[in-house]
Amino acid sequence: MTSISKPKIVHPGLKRNALGLTIRDYEGGMSTLCAGCGHDSITAAIVQAFFELDIAPHSVAKMSGIGCSSKTPAYFLSTAHGFNAVHGRMPSIATGANAANRSLHLLGVSGDGDSLSIGLGQFMHALRRNLDMVYIIENNGVYGLTKGQFSASADVGTKAKRGEVNKQPPIDPVQVALALGGTFVARSFSGDKDQLVPLIKAGVRHRGFALIDVLSPCVTFNDHEDSTKSYAHAREFSHRVVNADFVPPATEIKAVYDAGDALPIVLHDGSKVLLRKIAEGYNVGNRGDALEYIRAHQRDGEIVTGLLYVDEGEPDLHEVNGTTETPLNAVAFEALCPGAEVLAALQNRFR
Amino acid sequence: MADLKKSRVNDFVLKVANVNGTGSASANSLLMKTVFRMGVPVSGKNFFPSNIQGLPTWYEIRVSGDGYLGRSGAVDVMVAMNAQTYARDLADVSPGGVLIYDSTWPRDRQLARRDIEIIGLPLARMCNEHFKNARTRILMKNMAYVGALAALLALDRKIIEQLVAETFGKKTALIASNLEAIELGYQYVSANFQCPLPTRVEALDKTKGHIMIDGNTAAALGCVYAGATVGAWYPITPSTSLMDAFKGFCERYRTDPETGEKRYCIVQAEDELAAIGIVLGASWNGARAFTPTSGPGLSLMNEFLGFAYFTELPAVLFDVQRVGPSTGMPTRTQQADILSAAFASHGDTKHVLLFPSDPRECFDLAIQAFDLADRLQTPVIVMSDLDIGMNDWMCKDIVWDPKYKPDRGKVLGAAQLEEIQAFYRYVDADGDGIPYRTLPGTHPKGAYFVRGSGHNQFGLYTEDSAEYQQVVDRLVKKWRTAAQLVPKPVIRRAAKPAKWGLIGMGSSDPAIREALERLAPSGIHLDYCRLRAYPFGEDVVRFIEQHERIFVVEQNRDAQLRSLLTIELGCAPARLHSILEYGGLPLDCRCIVETLEQAAAQGEAA
Repeated sequence: MTSISKPKIVHPGLKRNALGLTIRDYEGGMSTLCAGCGHDSITAAIVQAFFELDIAPHSVAKMSGIGCSSKTPAYFLSTAHGFNAVHGRMPSIATGANAANRSLHLLGVSGDGDSLSIGLGQFMHALRRNLDMVYIIENNGVYGLTKGQFSASADVGTKAKRGEVNKQPPIDPVQVALALGGTFVARSFSGDKDQLVPLIKAGVRHRGFALIDVLSPCVTFNDHEDSTKSYAHAREFSHRVVNADFVPPATEIKAVYDAGDALPIVLHDGSKVLLRKIAEGYNVGNRGDALEYIRAHQRDGEIVTGLLYVDEGEPDLHEVNGTTETPLNAVAFEALCPGAEVLAALQNRFR
Repeated sequence: MADLKKSRVNDFVLKVANVNGTGSASANSLLMKTVFRMGVPVSGKNFFPSNIQGLPTWYEIRVSGDGYLGRSGAVDVMVAMNAQTYARDLADVSPGGVLIYDSTWPRDRQLARRDIEIIGLPLARMCNEHFKNARTRILMKNMAYVGALAALLALDRKIIEQLVAETFGKKTALIASNLEAIELGYQYVSANFQCPLPTRVEALDKTKGHIMIDGNTAAALGCVYAGATVGAWYPITPSTSLMDAFKGFCERYRTDPETGEKRYCIVQAEDELAAIGIVLGASWNGARAFTPTSGPGLSLMNEFLGFAYFTELPAVLFDVQRVGPSTGMPTRTQQADILSAAFASHGDTKHVLLFPSDPRECFDLAIQAFDLADRLQTPVIVMSDLDIGMNDWMCKDIVWDPKYKPDRGKVLGAAQLEEIQAFYRYVDADGDGIPYRTLPGTHPKGAYFVRGSGHNQFGLYTEDSAEYQQVVDRLVKKWRTAAQLVPKPVIRRAAKPAKWGLIGMGSSDPAIREALERLAPSGIHLDYCRLRAYPFGEDVVRFIEQHERIFVVEQNRDAQLRSLLTIELGCAPARLHSILEYGGLPLDCRCIVETLEQAAAQGEAA
């Protein structure tokens, strides 16, 4: 992960956002991933989403664990703080960061090894806490950095580059999230930026844990024939069920959608996601139906994508705890220390 | 040894053998507090099983007008309430002592002893006759022995009544039934035995300005006063009550009375790996954060501890040590995590340790732990143990200095970042080995990557040998700074010039002090150095140099503290002699006295 800085040349005509920043201000160092890696497309989608959301990069914390995917925070938002945690433990760092500073935007980037094997416990508990963060899993079915071992998301029957066939059933983060009460559950494909950017934007504005599982082919170890995580396979078998269009607050929804097709979901900051149903028979508001639909299509080899489930009403970690609005790291010491008199009085209890 | 007639006024050990889950804890605490309020120094040690109901449990109260509050090893009065352990409890009574038993059922005559006095009380029968409810009958047996002991040991009944009233508050029915049970026991022994016994309590004035508190409660209070806002933990005996106490104090002192908003956040994590991660995430964001744990939890935290050492993140841990290895004995005490805490994690890693020797010091060192963690940007582990953490100790009142301001260390704020050209995370600008840090969200110039991988002084990824070595060598410099900042040892000189010195720490302190005082009349004098921190610092080096022979007292099998002294200070291992006790019970002074007596005898012979 040698860092290579990118020369920053800003064209005078480059579009600026509400903060006066250009998209270049949302970029990071040069990627050192393999040419054609799906992760780089996700990086580009993140850059675009944060630029369009007018979020100051330094108010974002980029969280990751270990693996190829976890390297990517170096490639976007160069003026955001980054945290490369130990393998599989990023969710706990994110929990602490959120506990201490609820005003920070937390963006987690993880992989299928990091989240579904070594870090499955932490991933599930961050979900369960409804931790206010975006959690992207760059899912490619293999361990890239250690050269091509199957990960826990590898499908049954998928073949490794060296010919070995996977026989163990996959852990699907989307199904895990639905089963555990996830409040924002999405799946996308790194090659589908039109779908991914609005999902990231909606995820950022969602209060709670926004899981976006992104199929992100590994060009070096898992992009061959007989792989179910290849570009070709993803293109052929992706099955969009719901399109999510992100609408910033105070933007009038123009009547481009038929009223019957578009379901607006108001996010906690007033922005909206317009859900447009594409597939017949998909019920976005019902956790059980969503799960059943995804499973049925999985049996047919199809990968269901879109914003698959969203519930804006569930409390996050701080609402459950009843924490003060002021981030805890900004509460004055005087408001934390009860003082000498209290201590003197308190000790009568111990006599 | 004491004989039957010998008076043991204000100098005895009372032990109550019971079955856990029968509500004996409140009765025992009532006895201890009564002695305390009579102005007589006292301590209580709870020997309890890792179980909720039905297994043997003991409570040992030492009454000592002279203020010796460690264990003495004697049992002067035994209340044998548990048929399962009766034979053993009878055998444990010191010659000349007293055994009190429930005479509702016949006693095994084969287990008789002639060198002790035996007092039978029909506790179960009296309570069964007096109380209707089955659970009440069980609970009230305990209060009945309190009443009996009040008569036998001359305890102040007014104080007992007052304590009962305070304990049950507005539950007047409970106050009445408890007082009735106490009366049953009191009247029975008064009518049938000569009261009080020669072994008894006489009021003194030696507990003013003192409290009875356990170390976990005091440490939790320290966390509140230090301004800790984030607590993360996974339940593990014997550390659990620390977070319970923190929660209780925060509910009371950190909750907005009008809105109910909390100025703290406690996260019960899925395991200790997550608990330490949460602490690091919060510390990274500038909150004071801590986790209480015990040996097995500390083992799980190893990877993150090395990460925190190398990325230079503050963290405060309380290791309330229990018996290892492995799961060990969760409800027994030891000082056996010294080495695993000092070097927790892989690679060249070492951590600052603090050693509180009583609950009051748990409070003081909790505050210092946060200051040191922030100042040094590194984990600080407070090495408590079950004996300190869960037993009530008599300590001087805790006093708060209103002028205290937390030392948040070198953190650059937005204004400072605005002025500087560029921020580099790991540059040793001040020559003390401590770099500057920034908090997320402060300023675009403050951004950097926290990474456990090789990084250079600018905080950038590196695999370059020289750049990597510069960082780890600077960490050694920081370690030397730490040695100057940590609390100094407490050195207690013997009454006469001493050629020998003794080093100890933590909960060994009362036993060590008692041993040294008991040895002095026989002409055995040792200077005593009580360690309070690792790295050890200059004072410890000098103490070792000043003495011909050093005895190291510690509660583990492998002489871990001795190893650490030789590793860190390079002193000759042959000069350090171990006195080890590791059975899991709080240290009693006898092993120290005996070892030093033998050593002295051999020294004279040589």
